[in-house]
Amino acid sequence: MDGTDLLQGTAALVPHLTVITTGLVILVLDLFLTSRSRYMNEVVGLIGLVLAFALALGQAGDPRLLFSEMAIADNLAVFFHALFVLIAILTLLMSASYIRRENIVAGEYYALVLFATSGFMFVASAADLVTLFIAIETLSISTYILAGLHQDEQRSQEAAFKYFILGAFSSAILLYGIATVYGAQGHTSLVKLAEALGENDIPTMLIVGMGLIIVGLGFKVAVVPFHMWVPDVYDGAPTAITAFMSAGPKAAAFAAFLRVFFQGFASPALAQNWIPIFVVLAALTMILGNVVAITQESIKRMLAYSSIAHAGYAFVALVTLDQLGAASVLYYLVAYALMSLGAFGVLTTVAKRGERHYTFGDYAGLSSTNPLLAALMALFMFALAGFPPTSGFAGKFYIFSAAVQKGHYVLALIGVLTSVISVVYYARVVMMMYMREPDLSSSGPYVSATTGTLLGVTAAGTLFLGVFPGSVLRLAEYSVNLLFAS
Amino acid sequence: MEAFLFWIFAIVGVFCGGMVVWHRNPMGSAIYLVVTMLCLSGFYALLNGALVSVIQVLIYAGAVMVLMLFVIMMLNVQAASEEREGSLPVWIGAGVVGLVVLVKFALLLQYGKPPEAAEEFGTIQGVGAALFSTYVLPFELISVLLVVAVIGAVILTKRRAL
Amino acid sequence: MIPISYYLMVSAILFIIGAIGVLLRRNALIVLMSLELMLNAVNLSFVAYARLLNDMGGHVFVFLSITVAAAEAAVGLAIILAIYRAKQTIDVDHLSLMRY
Repeated sequence: MDGTDLLQGTAALVPHLTVITTGLVILVLDLFLTSRSRYMNEVVGLIGLVLAFALALGQAGDPRLLFSEMAIADNLAVFFHALFVLIAILTLLMSASYIRRENIVAGEYYALVLFATSGFMFVASAADLVTLFIAIETLSISTYILAGLHQDEQRSQEAAFKYFILGAFSSAILLYGIATVYGAQGHTSLVKLAEALGENDIPTMLIVGMGLIIVGLGFKVAVVPFHMWVPDVYDGAPTAITAFMSAGPKAAAFAAFLRVFFQGFASPALAQNWIPIFVVLAALTMILGNVVAITQESIKRMLAYSSIAHAGYAFVALVTLDQLGAASVLYYLVAYALMSLGAFGVLTTVAKRGERHYTFGDYAGLSSTNPLLAALMALFMFALAGFPPTSGFAGKFYIFSAAVQKGHYVLALIGVLTSVISVVYYARVVMMMYMREPDLSSSGPYVSATTGTLLGVTAAGTLFLGVFPGSVLRLAEYSVNLLFAS
Repeated sequence: MEAFLFWIFAIVGVFCGGMVVWHRNPMGSAIYLVVTMLCLSGFYALLNGALVSVIQVLIYAGAVMVLMLFVIMMLNVQAASEEREGSLPVWIGAGVVGLVVLVKFALLLQYGKPPEAAEEFGTIQGVGAALFSTYVLPFELISVLLVVAVIGAVILTKRRAL
Repeated sequence: MIPISYYLMVSAILFIIGAIGVLLRRNALIVLMSLELMLNAVNLSFVAYARLLNDMGGHVFVFLSITVAAAEAAVGLAIILAIYRAKQTIDVDHLSLMRY
């Protein structure tokens, strides 16, 4: 590691460093702000994130390994960085009025969101299991704390505790998997793993390690049967954080899966071991997520189970191990992030202080009280259900096409059937809004300027991605073609 | 000599590990965990891990466990009235499942005796050289993790001024 | 010279014991300590593999793993403290404000 390597590596990591620095600046700045100037936190955060977005896009180019092969800078990383920074920007917009209403500490909140985002970015840049593990721990611990930040609400602290215990448990399993792979291979580098496994002689311990890694990462992405924490944690956490958790850590976990399984364990001899497991996991997740969502009375918990189901859909694309599959995962992650942030954004406006008004009944007659809001919510519900011309439809179409192309007909069929089932609970919200009388005793939803911006951006994105999916899909394909170059 | 030490550490370590999970109150569990960590430190020394052996005692047993003991005493949990939860059949079932997993794992393990260790293996120089050259990125990354942990520890326990 | 497999077996035994503790015990502090036991067991595996492969990477990973475990312990204890202040209990089963 000489001077030029260090400089080149640091230059490539400038987007990550920008996000971290913004977080630190907010931490310090918050000490000097009064309650009237507290909005400076958000301003500084947004400036930093926009800068990071621009810097991330500037990293596009040939893949280069950095820091003694600990990190990689390639187009896949650029795509993910852009997505993560976008998620952070949208979360900041959603949080601005939300945390003021719910009396949550502002400076530390934004700093933790930014540090979690930097964790996401390092996951996407990881070329070695060491970097991957540290990045996953950074984002996990940030999120445990964020889930518990709503100190007036007991459910928030319970959510943080449940999330912490199961998260730390899965981290330990992941770490054991990494240790086993290290022992079987002699190194922890994902790049070397990809190169070395041309031959057909797979040490059994490598399979064991791989299995443990699947369990560990499976918790993070919340596939069945590792999904138990999602309903309670998503329900108890502050809604803006639930939105963040449904989009960010999920996308980061999928980035981890892509790096480890599409780049590391990608050889055919290994793949025939993990692809069947992925098929079963995807099927179970799609079925359970959708079926249980029907029974929920709280819209927040319904969206939690819906989030499990959507992770299942994205997981289907992982069994394909080809370019279309990887590109469709990327597309779906963007589409889902926009839909989910939009839907949760509407939740924050309809709910009142003290985390009330999260039942379906609270949406009754929204079409007459606030027609624009109702229309946006309907759009998000249809998008999540997968109706054209929304991004939800395009995303599912690409994923199921990729699966069918590789012969996974049953999986695609399960996907389509469960999507049809999901219409039941998404349509319930729409019916409530348009076919019931509103409760005129309570005041209507309050949409602040920042939340309005958020809703506008996510709705526009959902429609744009649905009507013109090719642009993002082509970007995604371009990002992943280097994974399959050789 | 090494075999003797190994078996001492192994038997004491596994016994104390079991007692961590089995003991009724957290204070006793914490003490057992400290003894387990000291046995692990002995293992690291046997495996030529001079630096990690010392770090285990200083940081893990010395700082992390002391922190935990502080919190245990601060919470002032009633010791004697604690009952071990979970009926006996559940524990036996879990034990059997664990045993089956361990036996299957043992059949897979076939690593034999290691070769001669290099001169600077496991010493401060060896670990330091690796930490600051090859592994410098994860090393710097962990500073972010530590900032996050400090923020969390402070903010979650702050008493709200209402 | 003890075969490395013996060390790995001890590591696996401690890991399983810790996992049983996390899943079965109800006292939040003991669950946290079982988690620490699991992480310690993995560290032993790392050091054993490092000796087998004559590679310093395992020791470096143990360094980082101890740091991560310390950070997790700090945050976990903070969460437990916050819950205790609110509810005067650290019994995991009592955390049931949120039903299925």
